[in-house]
Amino acid sequence: MENLEHIVANAQAEFAAVTQAVELEQIKARYLGKTGLMTEQMKQLGKLPAEQRPAAGSLINQAKEQIQTALEARRAALKEAELASRLASETLDVTLPGRGTAMGGLHPVTRTLARIEAIFRSIGFEVAQGPEIETDFYNFTALNIPENHPARAMHDTFYIDDQHVLRTHTSPVQVHYMESRTPPLKIIAPGRVYRVDSDATHSPMFHQVEGLWIDEAISFANLKGVVQDFLQRFFERDDLKVRFRPSFFPFTEPSAEMDMSWGDGWLEIGGCGMVHPNVLGHVNVDSEKYMGFAFGLGVERLAMLRYGVDDLRLFFSNDLRFLKQFN
Amino acid sequence: MKFSEQWLRSYVNPPMDSAALSHLLTMAGLEVEAMEPVAADFSGIVVGHVLTVAPHPDADRLRVCEVDAGTGAPLQIVCGAANVSAGVRVPCAMVGAKLPGFEIKKAKLRGVESLGMLCSARELGMAEEADGLLLLAADAPVGRDIREYLGLNDKIFTLKLTPNRSDCLSLMGIAREVAALTGSELHLPVVPAVAKTAQATPAIRVAAGAACPRYCGQVISGLRPDAQTPPWMVERLLRSGVRSLGAVVDITNYVMLETGQPLHAFDLAKLTGAIDVRMAHAGESLTLLNEQTIKLDDDMLVIADQAGVLALAGIMGGAASGVGADTTGIFLESAFFHPDYIAGRARRLGLSTDASHRFERGVDYAATQAALARAAQLIVEICGGNAGVVSEVMHELPERAAIRLRPERAGKLLGVAFSREEVAEWLRRLQFDYVDEGAVFRVTPPSYRFDLTIESDLIEELARLYGYDNIPAIAPVADLTMLPQPERQRPLDRLRDILVARDYQEVITYSFVDAAWEAALAPGVQPIALKNPIASQMGVMRSTLWGGLIDVLKSNLNRRQTRVRVTEIGNCFLANDAGYDQPLRIGGLAFGGAVPEQWGESARDVDFYDVKADLEALCWPKVLKFAAARHVALHPGQCASVSLDGEHIGWLGVLHPALVQQWDLPSAPVLFELAAVPLLHRDVPLHAEISRFQAVRRDLAVLVNQEVEVQTLLDAMQSARIAGVTEIALFDVYRGKGIDSDKKSLAFRVSMQDNQKTFTDSEVDAAMTHLTELLQQQFNAQLRS
Repeated sequence: MENLEHIVANAQAEFAAVTQAVELEQIKARYLGKTGLMTEQMKQLGKLPAEQRPAAGSLINQAKEQIQTALEARRAALKEAELASRLASETLDVTLPGRGTAMGGLHPVTRTLARIEAIFRSIGFEVAQGPEIETDFYNFTALNIPENHPARAMHDTFYIDDQHVLRTHTSPVQVHYMESRTPPLKIIAPGRVYRVDSDATHSPMFHQVEGLWIDEAISFANLKGVVQDFLQRFFERDDLKVRFRPSFFPFTEPSAEMDMSWGDGWLEIGGCGMVHPNVLGHVNVDSEKYMGFAFGLGVERLAMLRYGVDDLRLFFSNDLRFLKQFN
Repeated sequence: MKFSEQWLRSYVNPPMDSAALSHLLTMAGLEVEAMEPVAADFSGIVVGHVLTVAPHPDADRLRVCEVDAGTGAPLQIVCGAANVSAGVRVPCAMVGAKLPGFEIKKAKLRGVESLGMLCSARELGMAEEADGLLLLAADAPVGRDIREYLGLNDKIFTLKLTPNRSDCLSLMGIAREVAALTGSELHLPVVPAVAKTAQATPAIRVAAGAACPRYCGQVISGLRPDAQTPPWMVERLLRSGVRSLGAVVDITNYVMLETGQPLHAFDLAKLTGAIDVRMAHAGESLTLLNEQTIKLDDDMLVIADQAGVLALAGIMGGAASGVGADTTGIFLESAFFHPDYIAGRARRLGLSTDASHRFERGVDYAATQAALARAAQLIVEICGGNAGVVSEVMHELPERAAIRLRPERAGKLLGVAFSREEVAEWLRRLQFDYVDEGAVFRVTPPSYRFDLTIESDLIEELARLYGYDNIPAIAPVADLTMLPQPERQRPLDRLRDILVARDYQEVITYSFVDAAWEAALAPGVQPIALKNPIASQMGVMRSTLWGGLIDVLKSNLNRRQTRVRVTEIGNCFLANDAGYDQPLRIGGLAFGGAVPEQWGESARDVDFYDVKADLEALCWPKVLKFAAARHVALHPGQCASVSLDGEHIGWLGVLHPALVQQWDLPSAPVLFELAAVPLLHRDVPLHAEISRFQAVRRDLAVLVNQEVEVQTLLDAMQSARIAGVTEIALFDVYRGKGIDSDKKSLAFRVSMQDNQKTFTDSEVDAAMTHLTELLQQQFNAQLRS
């Protein structure tokens, strides 16, 4: 029996010394294989007297099991070591930058328009569009600005031909929209507008958002409420105040200039008023039954204030270093 | 409109300071654009009388003066001004006087003691530049504080008036407004009647009665040609931004500022026979007071005599009949020219005058004679002479119809309730005639208001007097309805987002571009030209987005950017028979590395196929078709016409080498431009059953001639509609070793699946054979083993 213990100890030692799985299997064969040492032991069992055989057999089986256990333990250890080594070899520098393409970005005016649209949509305004080359009729006449009216001089209009201009404001969209619908109406109309003017605070092309709400009892007080609500949401400041000053636009009456509290003072941010009965009349809306407001906001102005841009011209310089700041 | 606050306060003087007055005007719609003091903030300067002037012992340019400043004893003051002389009266800053930035102290100038300083207009902050001391009138009271004497405790207000408020283009008008807003008493100038003498007056004939409903003229003769405009008037004019040009002209300007009525004085000696007020005959010409000679149109109103046209009515007088230094007699005109006949004409001629500005907007037709009387009174007072009787020709004046004003309607429109008493009070303060009929007022607007024709106009007046600021901000109450959400339509922002995710930066470029860009990029299109472009390189409307995008590339390359990927969504403009097409398009440009410079990816310039993938993503899950085509701006071998659902929607390609050279670019960008609207359509998904049976995939590799387009093979295989074939996709293209140089190898993956069964090998083989034979027959394709 001493022999058995010796064999087990040898096997355990040999297993422990092995570093390769293949080697381990070769050694395993020497102990547990068909011609292995343990098979040899079993064969010799027949030489023992019959009464001793069960006890001896049991001892051999115990030794076999011990060898088997040692083998499996070593197998597992080797497998684990192998995995550990593979994992070590596969380790990445996770701080290397990600590969592939980068992201672009939206123009700050688009970003601002999206904000404006989202805020107005939240109380049910629809978004309407109109042409940029506009007829004299829609840009002026239908908005109660007849030919030769001094208000036309306020507009510094780009002319295409006798009948067509580049729209000077988004207000013509009101007219297009009302022509094909009946109140109640609640729209905003964002878009490009054009004026013959160019310096740090004027661009020959810029963006406006027109707003229009016509119903049976939409008042000037409501206009103030909507504009104030909008500005507070846009700038995310509940303490922001609006101030309305009497002004003149041929297509609204009463008309007002909108100022917004900013720092210690007031900043002009657009014009507004109650839609003029003549404008409603042009599109066959009964101005006794329906009333409502219209306003026009300067989009670049809002973007400049929101994002701290101090020169209007930057928006159209398309300098990637400028644009990428808004991504 | 610029004016002196003191002048205004001489008519109406509400108990409030300048800042409060300014705020009041602004909040009433008369926006105060600027408010500036007429002089610097100084004190301790009085009227000084220079008694003697002696040379300075040690300085050639300095003088030692004895000055009486009303202190009892003469003061010794050293002065460097060239125009100092004994006897003049000048501003004298006493020791202790405070001027901006410094204080006058007893001093020694080159050894001579000086007890003050004699001042120029610049030192008083009254002018930017001054040439010597400010010389005062010979009777200026010695010792009197100069601020008081020159009325320097005054501010100049500049109003930015809206075109509807022509009534405030005068001091009297503004005073009337201030009185209405504050309830303060109004004191307008009282004009004493001038004794009239019998004088020959030219006959007045008004042929254009509609254009000139009222024409008044008066002869004043025997004027002193050397008459001087009194200093107080010069000063008031100056503070209104009007230069003094001679007594008669100054008086007409003064009366215009005071009353709002433009006046014109003709030199009586230069008139021939009767005065005609008529429309110009086309082709007539006139040399104006500003020496500009203009050609008249037949819609322009003129004043003529029997020798020809004298003046452009309501806009500007003629040079030949104007008053000059030797004028001793004038024919003074005060008229009401109807706005419809003045408006726009001055602008057409490139003119803008004080007169046209007022007549275009409307002048008080009831005050024509009063202004004339005021001018005559001032002229006789200042220039002497005799005034003749006033001739007047009248036609139909504008009518002021009574307007119904309902306080209840006003309340509804404004969102605040007004009582009848409040409304009545405001109408009284505004000096509007009205009849109180209980529920309504019948209001007749005054002759000086041209902006009140409907009820809303009156409601605005009420709102102004109530104060826009006092109207509350109230959230509207309305029926809640949800907005339509059309699922077959993608929002435009979705297209932007897709391109942004694929590394495009959105830009916004001008809609007007350089005609040269259009000529290069769209030579077949006649661009729409602007009549009045802001600059020659912004002269035409773009018919393509590419000009702007290439310009963005160019300018960013100049800023040392090396990789530029930009997109723009905007309208393009094309003339058609009926007018103008303004298609909304999405364009893009890619230049430089396919991906940003980085580790692990070899640098490679973006190419046609990279951008093609961007477009496929833009349209996905719809499939765009690309076909080889020619576009003048694109490389002839790297250009595709892009279509969707069988319709051409745009172009993709590499910029033509000739244009790369023309723009002086280091290499060619890839460009695309697609109609945006078709890209917005999408289908609403409809679920289809997912097969439980296994899909089969087989590869099919064929050799075809180089020039055969892959799309044609795909189209042919797909149109065969072999049962069970769900997808045929190209997965490899090979040219080179092992293949004839005029051939290429194309490998397709064919997928088959059925909802009812798994395909047997023989069924799959049959399908593959079908496809192979088809390719062999139609494209002479050889099966590759």
